[in-house]
Amino acid sequence: MRRIAAILGAGLLAAAGLGWFLSAPQPLPAGRIAAAPGDAARGARIFWVGGCASCHAAKGAKGDDRLKLGGGAPLETALGTFQAPNISPGPDGIGGWSLADFANAMQRGISPDGRHYYPAFPYASYARMQPADIADLWAFMRTLPPVAGQPAEGRIGFPWNIRRGIGLWKRAFLSDAPVVALPADASPAARAGQYLVEGPGHCGECHTPRTLSGLGGLDRGRWLAGAAAAEGEGKVPGIAPGRLKWTAAEIADYLETGFTPDYDSVGGTMVAVQANMAMLPDADRAAIAAYLKAVPAQP
Amino acid sequence: MKLHAALVAGLVLCVAGPALAQGGPIAARQALMKANGRDAKAGGDMLKGAVPFDAGNAQAILANMADVARKFGTHFPKGSNTGDTEAAPAIWEKPADWQAALTKFQKDTAAAVAMKPATAADFGKAFGMVTANCKSCHEGFRIKKG
Repeated sequence: MRRIAAILGAGLLAAAGLGWFLSAPQPLPAGRIAAAPGDAARGARIFWVGGCASCHAAKGAKGDDRLKLGGGAPLETALGTFQAPNISPGPDGIGGWSLADFANAMQRGISPDGRHYYPAFPYASYARMQPADIADLWAFMRTLPPVAGQPAEGRIGFPWNIRRGIGLWKRAFLSDAPVVALPADASPAARAGQYLVEGPGHCGECHTPRTLSGLGGLDRGRWLAGAAAAEGEGKVPGIAPGRLKWTAAEIADYLETGFTPDYDSVGGTMVAVQANMAMLPDADRAAIAAYLKAVPAQP
Repeated sequence: MKLHAALVAGLVLCVAGPALAQGGPIAARQALMKANGRDAKAGGDMLKGAVPFDAGNAQAILANMADVARKFGTHFPKGSNTGDTEAAPAIWEKPADWQAALTKFQKDTAAAVAMKPATAADFGKAFGMVTANCKSCHEGFRIKKG
């Protein structure tokens, strides 16, 4: 009897140890962090593609207020309330960080003190970004105005409030590999768009349904097929061929102006996203449109 | 002229009639926004050069939008928040913000009409001022369900 208890105890300990081992943060290897200093001017483009302001600037911020990254509105979801923190370059933000700290946050979802971030912060997409783009973005963020204060913490229910568990989620769902295999004859624009959409643009985070009833990673078989909105009762539309019938020119025009071909307008959380997309060079919007025409159709 | 007016009235009835016949504020406000969208498209087509600029048509578009702006807010009574509607709960939960958005839409459309734009460039300014209301209102007060 005592022997069985000892075996059971040892088994439990081993399972706990394995869980602890598997859920440990996995920082980037040194070779995945840019050695050359970033360029702030180039980083501005990455900032707008990445949509940082949509969650980290105040709700409804317009113009230069989108550069004040003090926290932003909480994200109210079925799992609880997620709060984007102050990422301005001041003492209350990320002023004390190094490029390596920033890269590990962006691409591995790890804070400088080794805690996991929730994947509401779309590092599972940012993981596909080039180290040089991370360095350029970092250089740009250092030029932004510092903002004082920290928003109230988010509130997540048990068991999702045990952050260590996110390490297991990352084991299953965090990858820097491309999502779709484009056809061999895909245009250079479509390939450029693939990087923008699957990486910094993180479009799939809202436009693709998740596995495990919404708890898992993005369902690659239903890539960009549309999904339930994270907040409220709305739907995020599908944007893969078969779901979105617009031409490439119409998609690029929508991203620039916020108007559909029928002159319906952008709405909801896409308003802030479209305002970001409008800041990009024409070629980037055309590339995104070319990619959206080249991905597998969704019925 | 009378015949023309009758034709227009008939056309309006054909388009808006089924919606209004089913009755209810949801159908009424949807018909207004549909009409607004058609006008926005007609204005956008002129500005893009897809159809030639015509000052009379341009001013009629702005007048139609001003008319929608005056009527739109009357079709959101309490209880019309459920059913086949994309109206966001915020309309009833934040009535002051909603009223402010409606007032801005009315003010901007009235100002655009008063500009009486005679050139495509002037129409572009008036049209841009009016259509900025589409996004700002749809950001908080509309929930896409389709």
